Amino acid sequence: MKPYLREKKNFGFSDIPGSTSFEAGYLVSVNSGWRSIKPVVNMEKCIGCMQCYLYCPDGAISIENKKAVIDYDFCKGCGICQKICKLNAIEMEAER
Amino acid sequence: MTAKDLSKDEFFYGHKACAGCGGSLAVRNALKVIGKNAFAVLPAGCMSAVGFNFPQLCFANNAIISTFAGTASMLTGIEAGLRAKGATDFTAVGFAGDGGTADIGIQALSGAIDRNDNILYICYDNEAYMNTGIQKSGLTPFGAKTTTTPSGKNIHGNIRPKKNMFEIVSAHDIAYSATASIGYMEDFLNKVKKACEIRGTKYIHVIAPCPTGWGIPVSNTVEIAREIVDCGLWYLAEYENGEFTLNHDPKEFTGVVEYLKKQSRFRHLTDDDIQIIIQSRDAKWEKIRRDWRR
Ligand SMILES: Cc1ncc(C[n+]2csc(CCOP(=O)(O)OP(=O)(O)O)c2C)c(N)n1
Ligand code: SF4
Ligand code: SF4
Ligand code: SF4
Ligand SMILES: [Mg+2]
Repeated sequence: MKPYLREKKNFGFSDIPGSTSFEAGYLVSVNSGWRSIKPVVNMEKCIGCMQCYLYCPDGAISIENKKAVIDYDFCKGCGICQKICKLNAIEMEAER
Repeated sequence: MTAKDLSKDEFFYGHKACAGCGGSLAVRNALKVIGKNAFAVLPAGCMSAVGFNFPQLCFANNAIISTFAGTASMLTGIEAGLRAKGATDFTAVGFAGDGGTADIGIQALSGAIDRNDNILYICYDNEAYMNTGIQKSGLTPFGAKTTTTPSGKNIHGNIRPKKNMFEIVSAHDIAYSATASIGYMEDFLNKVKKACEIRGTKYIHVIAPCPTGWGIPVSNTVEIAREIVDCGLWYLAEYENGEFTLNHDPKEFTGVVEYLKKQSRFRHLTDDDIQIIIQSRDAKWEKIRRDWRR
């Protein structure tokens, strides 16, 4: 369970409920454009210790098959994961 | 609790907080402890501003924006409403900033504690009104530069000390209260978990640095949140059954000067200003070590 991307439509008044409420976890835009640098995981060095996952403010890291996997749609390139990783398994690279 | 014990679900995702935002990390992980039956209340402040931008709605669980002053009273209403509908398995949790807690929402919070409503109130403390551009709150520390406490020749930033919100709340003889820092994540997760298992009003005060307002690189949020604890300007403690307990007693403090000088909000401080900060830290710790359980 997590908020996920949906079709971005032009909402008309008829689509909006009477109260100021709407479906939870409804995303229409990514955050990847915010990055000037991006974290890249070195799969040889990563031991899946989960520290980067624990400290990513955006929840953009998941651990799959004992390796850190980054969702680049929602990573903002803050570099916290790179500093947290004791094994130096994450490097920040320039976005181009 | 460690990372392994957390729900794999993400409940606060796709939000528009600045890169490296400490508050968003506190909200994200608290919800991963509480789980999908969280009913979250967010007053005006950064976390509501970055989480609800219709149609970009970044909470996977039920979440609502309250009035600035009304976090606790809305929690009271949500808890009572769900109970009236027969719901049993849920947590009404609020995430309010330092301004929304120590200044504008303090009356509603005090009332909820007085009634011992079964709610969890989490104050993410970034030490100023960040969402409106860094104004001083009651939780801005002595010496910090904000737009309403500028530093000049005569006045060097905020002239008042940080309000002691943890002890103000505890003085109500609350069911459970605690301090935490996003730099010591396991400690914070344990406290959220513990709070979820206690009936009555629970309050957790978590330091959540704001790179934008503190003037630090966006990659340093977690480090600075550790350092504020290590240098003794924040402490990890709990209040329960009428007693204060210190959870972490550093043998030696790291440098206050180093902590301060990493942040542009403190860079103007003179040696005399820093001496005042060190003296008040030492006086506080003398009391803590004398009066609190360790
Ligand atoms: C009654 C009221 N007064 C003022 C505001 C404007 N306002 C919105 S967010 C905010 C700052 C909130 O500061 P804080 O509670 O510390 O949360 P932060 O933004 O730092 O996360 C202010 C002053 C408002 N929305 N409502
Ligand atoms: S902190 Fe480093 S070693 Fe641990 S999971 Fe992340 S990348 Fe892998
Ligand atoms: S750079 Fe920041 S946002 Fe991106 S994965 Fe690392 S911690 Fe998360
Ligand atoms: S201004 Fe500070 S608290 Fe607000 S979103 Fe940005 S980093 Fe977070
Ligand atoms: Mg604030």
